[in-house]
Amino acid sequence: MSYELTDGTQGLIFNEPLLFEQGSDGRGGCALPDCDVPEKDVINLIPEDMLREEISGFPSLSEVDVVRHFTRLSQWNYSVDLGFYPLGSCTMKYNPKINEDVARLSGFSNVHPYQPEELSQGALQMMFELGEYLSEIGGMDRVSLQPAAGAHGELAGMMIIKAYHESKGENRHKVIIPDSAHGTNPASSTLCGYKVIELKSNGRGLLDPEAVEKAMDKDVAAFMITNPNTLGLFEENILEITEIVHRKGGLVYCDGANLNAIMGIARPGDMGVDVLHFNLHKTFSTPHGGGGPGAGPVGIKRELIPFMPVPVVEKNNIGQYKLNYKFPHSIGRVKAFYGNFGILVRAYTYIRTMGSEGLKKASETAVLNANYIMSQLKDYYHLPYDRQCMHESVFSDKFQNKNGITTLDIAKALIDYGFHPPTIYFPLIVKGAIMIEPTETESKDTMDRFIAAMKDIADRAEKDPDSLKKSPIKTKVTRLNETKAAREPNLRWINDYLMGVF
Amino acid sequence: MRYIPDTEKEQKEMLDSIGVKSVEGLFSSIPDSLRLKNPLSNIPHAMSEPEILRHMKGMSKKNADLDSHISFLSAGAYNHFIPSVVHHIISRSEFYTAYTPYQPEISQGTLQAIYEFQTLICQLTGMEVVNASMYDGASALAEAVLMAHRINDRKEVFLSKGIHPEYRQVVHTYCRYLGITLKEIPFSEKGIIDLEWLSKNISENTSGVAIQNPNFFGCVEDMADIEKLTHANDSIFIACVSEPVSLGILKSPGDFGADIVVGEGQGLGNPVSYGGPYLGLFATREKYIRSMPGRLVGRTVDANGKTGYVLTLSTREQHIRREKATSNICSNQALCALSATVYMALMGKEGFKKLSVLNLQKANYAKEILAGLKGYKIKFNSPVFNEFVIETPVSPDEINKNLMKEGIMGGLNLEKFYPELKNCMLICITENHRKEDIDRLWKLLKQY
Repeated sequence: MSYELTDGTQGLIFNEPLLFEQGSDGRGGCALPDCDVPEKDVINLIPEDMLREEISGFPSLSEVDVVRHFTRLSQWNYSVDLGFYPLGSCTMKYNPKINEDVARLSGFSNVHPYQPEELSQGALQMMFELGEYLSEIGGMDRVSLQPAAGAHGELAGMMIIKAYHESKGENRHKVIIPDSAHGTNPASSTLCGYKVIELKSNGRGLLDPEAVEKAMDKDVAAFMITNPNTLGLFEENILEITEIVHRKGGLVYCDGANLNAIMGIARPGDMGVDVLHFNLHKTFSTPHGGGGPGAGPVGIKRELIPFMPVPVVEKNNIGQYKLNYKFPHSIGRVKAFYGNFGILVRAYTYIRTMGSEGLKKASETAVLNANYIMSQLKDYYHLPYDRQCMHESVFSDKFQNKNGITTLDIAKALIDYGFHPPTIYFPLIVKGAIMIEPTETESKDTMDRFIAAMKDIADRAEKDPDSLKKSPIKTKVTRLNETKAAREPNLRWINDYLMGVF
Repeated sequence: MRYIPDTEKEQKEMLDSIGVKSVEGLFSSIPDSLRLKNPLSNIPHAMSEPEILRHMKGMSKKNADLDSHISFLSAGAYNHFIPSVVHHIISRSEFYTAYTPYQPEISQGTLQAIYEFQTLICQLTGMEVVNASMYDGASALAEAVLMAHRINDRKEVFLSKGIHPEYRQVVHTYCRYLGITLKEIPFSEKGIIDLEWLSKNISENTSGVAIQNPNFFGCVEDMADIEKLTHANDSIFIACVSEPVSLGILKSPGDFGADIVVGEGQGLGNPVSYGGPYLGLFATREKYIRSMPGRLVGRTVDANGKTGYVLTLSTREQHIRREKATSNICSNQALCALSATVYMALMGKEGFKKLSVLNLQKANYAKEILAGLKGYKIKFNSPVFNEFVIETPVSPDEINKNLMKEGIMGGLNLEKFYPELKNCMLICITENHRKEDIDRLWKLLKQY
């Protein structure tokens, strides 16, 4: 292998001040047309007391200044296109370039949401078909593409559940959520006015049907589950659990964050799940964009269709696509317009590129890769639940703790080897969790280099722990003082930086 | 399969190291009864790269687009010119293939850009704190309403009917189960909020008063009077801006004393893209910072005293606070915020004002010449920025159908959202419209 073990380098890192600390009055970076209509005095159009002075602080930069500024900033970022990004629960798979080109086609990006439906048939067709594909993958009856993110899908889904119970005259006010769940699950439930009941996982990292049985009562509206769960384990008793919930009149919500493990292999809809959200930015290869935009379509079973967000994209019997607003029991809208359309285009392109067989292959390979990494590291890092995993595995820093090394140190050390760290300190039920999700788009040699780095870190933790405490050292900045950031918040630049607390 | 690099040989090696015979063996924890026996039948077979490109191009061509049509549509989705630089910067994969900047040492690019975004939006809105962005203008407004309720624990929020109807619908959805009552402030014959109604109805139960400026009809609201009434009652003043380009010339909501400013940032360098992804703006005052939703980036130093940026004040957020968080939001629209940051940096102090004035002049020119047409009437006698409502002699749908034959998409028929506004069309003019486009519209409307 031609790679050095410590692959991370400093590359070309230029210093670059803030936009506001450079440029000079009179410069500009955009050539606007001159006014070609007869001009009036502005104060004849807008009353003087409603007009502003110049925008104080706005920069004055040339096009070259702006391009260099952001190009330099971009070089300070790690990204999927630069290397391995094994963030558990985030599914940082490769983002295909063709998807980007397609989303930028004028017939998608320059289409106005209020132009007539007959002039938007391509957009509506794409949305309709994407809804069908997602329904098929998840085993659901219908999908709303409106939610803008996973957490937004959860909100829509939980509201649908609430509206369903209310329609039956039931006033259920509790939601059961396992202790291993993402933080968005309880937060979304609260927004629907639900009280959250936390359920503990058992010693094998799974949910006990007996515990579910005990927690379920007539006040429980829904059980919110993640399957495979956040430990990367399949909830083996899922059928029994959903049966218990249904028997007691509750519904089952599934967080689809981990769908990448089971595409074409098993379907939440077949497991008794009533509502499922999809993360198109995880499972369906749309880029994370440095924190968004993503898309969080929500799939539902037949009896919940009347409550879904409006409008709903439909196809009539002569093959025309329509936006249907006539859902009198709908929860309403969760977003203006129809969803994060540009993201939907990318996900559609991905699904059609992969095809049915490709999606299954992706899940199989994602699971194989995760198990490979797990098998190679389990002698070096503590594995709290030691058995086959799905698409991700969760280790801890227990072995390294005796030398004073924590998960944070391990993560920061990995940066100097040229890798993005795994997800750390989540799920909360594993102390010092290190959650590794390689995805299917990584090759064996990439994973072997990562494994070698992890082993080297484990070795250094034994022999020279202090050296890990200083990492990362090859980055633009070293470990940042987060306490200072929170105690003395500085959230914007002001003319004299030193004066500003805020 | 080009996105899955491992060869059969490598897969075999990995299976051997794991100690299972086949990939099948890795799925033994899934009960047999749940395993799919057949491939997903509704999903077509894989397409090659040229095939998928042809397929998608074909689909995109079934949509009318703004490159080949003149459009007078707006209503929360604005057709502004986007400089080439914006596309080039956001197409750098160091930005778009990165995750949320949880590891600050290797995310300084995203973090500094968000800090700059926060600063620019503070400057634009005249506010003190801005978050890293929300999903869109509608959900940002909904979060503002929830925040007002968190601050003063009052149960009733007033929404101006001049707020984008879909934004109001989203607020209704968010408030549905939280015991917050929403009341709509009617608009006067001038197309702005009915101040008399507001002064009569505002009470000690009023948590917040939310308005949009310029409002859905393009009219500029009496911000000073609304502020006075709202604050005299100790309610939270929420100002929503769906057209941020207006802030190049209009006094900022911060200067008018708003407590929370939300908005739609699409107009700042993001394409209309059939309604998304867009950019929710969220700004407030320092004193309310602990109640605000969403991510924040702050400036700090590293172990060597060097300046750097981190996500901060996250104890408000769901991953720490879970069910007690200020919101369930767990992302921002980082790439759309980056577009806006690049866009504002390019326009700069002078360019942004020039852009704003161009919109104002052109729209008011259009308003004036259309007002002179027989059978047409400007519906509301208020100052406008780049949109206005015109009453038409026949149904706007009929007019639009005929305009379409000329490759023109006419304005929005307001009856869809306001049944009381029959034969009313919302027209938007931006810097993208030439005088000849406006004159052509005039000529075509003349025939009714």
